[in-house]
Amino acid sequence: MIDKIVPDLETAVSDVRDGHTVLVGGFGTAGMPFALVDALIEHGARDLTIVSNNAGNGETGLAALLKAGQVRKVVCSFPRQPDSWVFDELYRSGELELELVPQGNLAERLRAAGAGIGAFYSPTAVGTQLAEGRETRRIDGRDYVLEYPIRGDVALIKALRGDRWGNLVYRMTARNFAPVMAMAAETTIVEVHEVVELGALDPEVVVTPGIFVQHVVQVTDPFVDGAA
Amino acid sequence: MTVEDLPRWSLDEMAARVAADIADGAVVNLGIGMPTKVADHLLDGREIVLHTENGLLGMGPAPNDGDEDRDLINAGKQPVTLVPGASFFHHADAFAMMRGGHLDVCVLGAFQVSMHGDLANWHTGEPDAIPAVGGAMDLAIGARDTWVMMPLLTREGERKLVPVCDYPLTAPNSVSRVYTDRAVFDITAGGLLVRERVEGLGADDLAHLVGDVVLEEPA
Repeated sequence: MIDKIVPDLETAVSDVRDGHTVLVGGFGTAGMPFALVDALIEHGARDLTIVSNNAGNGETGLAALLKAGQVRKVVCSFPRQPDSWVFDELYRSGELELELVPQGNLAERLRAAGAGIGAFYSPTAVGTQLAEGRETRRIDGRDYVLEYPIRGDVALIKALRGDRWGNLVYRMTARNFAPVMAMAAETTIVEVHEVVELGALDPEVVVTPGIFVQHVVQVTDPFVDGAA
Repeated sequence: MTVEDLPRWSLDEMAARVAADIADGAVVNLGIGMPTKVADHLLDGREIVLHTENGLLGMGPAPNDGDEDRDLINAGKQPVTLVPGASFFHHADAFAMMRGGHLDVCVLGAFQVSMHGDLANWHTGEPDAIPAVGGAMDLAIGARDTWVMMPLLTREGERKLVPVCDYPLTAPNSVSRVYTDRAVFDITAGGLLVRERVEGLGADDLAHLVGDVVLEEPA
């Protein structure tokens, strides 16, 4: 029997180790797995590399993880936001390393990791600061820059519903990076609003097949019920 | 006559000009800032599909107060709505739509655009600025046509349409058309072709405003 459902958040994040690369879903707060990030703070793993589109909002989620001093490096496309003061301060003081990656390259590097691609050439960032010193190649008259995959030891993502095989469906634009992060990590941990019976998800609409998922934990989100 | 006295288009008039140039059936990405205004001028019965790179095709206008949904947002993280026919997808597909040449038009704001179509819109280059690129570089090279919407001059009167960008580039040679508050320009191999000037602004006035950039008035 396959059962990826874990009873609580503490169990869900127990595989995280010091020094791990942790992929964290979400675009701003949409799709941000707040409960899992809080569990990671409680867990206390340190020296982490966080891969996420943003670098935290206000004092919750990723910002709280940064503030707890558990992060060594952030790989993201858009750290600077009106409410990213936790990141801003740590970055300016030199306590946090930043790798800035254009958003589409970030997504494709994650996808490449999940798909077993060794590297790929992207036209994005050619001729800019972000491609300085990097290998480029002209293919059919167009210039490209070599991009390497981003693998995660762990991915923390959020979905609307999941079953015990780890099949997932998402909610609107909260999907964002979650499907490619699920593919790119050794261990993918999902907080779902609702765990459903095997067979309850229409196979035609499953977005992330369970093969990419290791642990599922139910975190009922009162907002979703209110909006439904 | 001072620069302030010369006629100019309002933001709505600029947005209307961009909107008028978008073909029925086009798939379009409107960047953060000024370009979001273009959406208000597309509601005339044409079917134009709005793409947002956080995973939505078929974006509708902002919701009514109280109808916002935390999980339904645009790339600027503002609440939006759906139109019939909308679809959701993940981030890698969202950017494949750009890079793969599936998007017809992308309209972006800019700090500077060069007469060769180089775009600078992600970083002022100040040493203490925290860099953030988001999808700007992907967008600039992704759509079949990349248009910029910006004032011709900064508030301080500095030129934004320049021979060579001083700010760090987002993408070289990527912009094909620039909509400003004084004129609309096509970027061509021979220089900037003036498509339209605001009524009451002479060719000499415009040449004075743009400075060293090579201007070509329509024959």
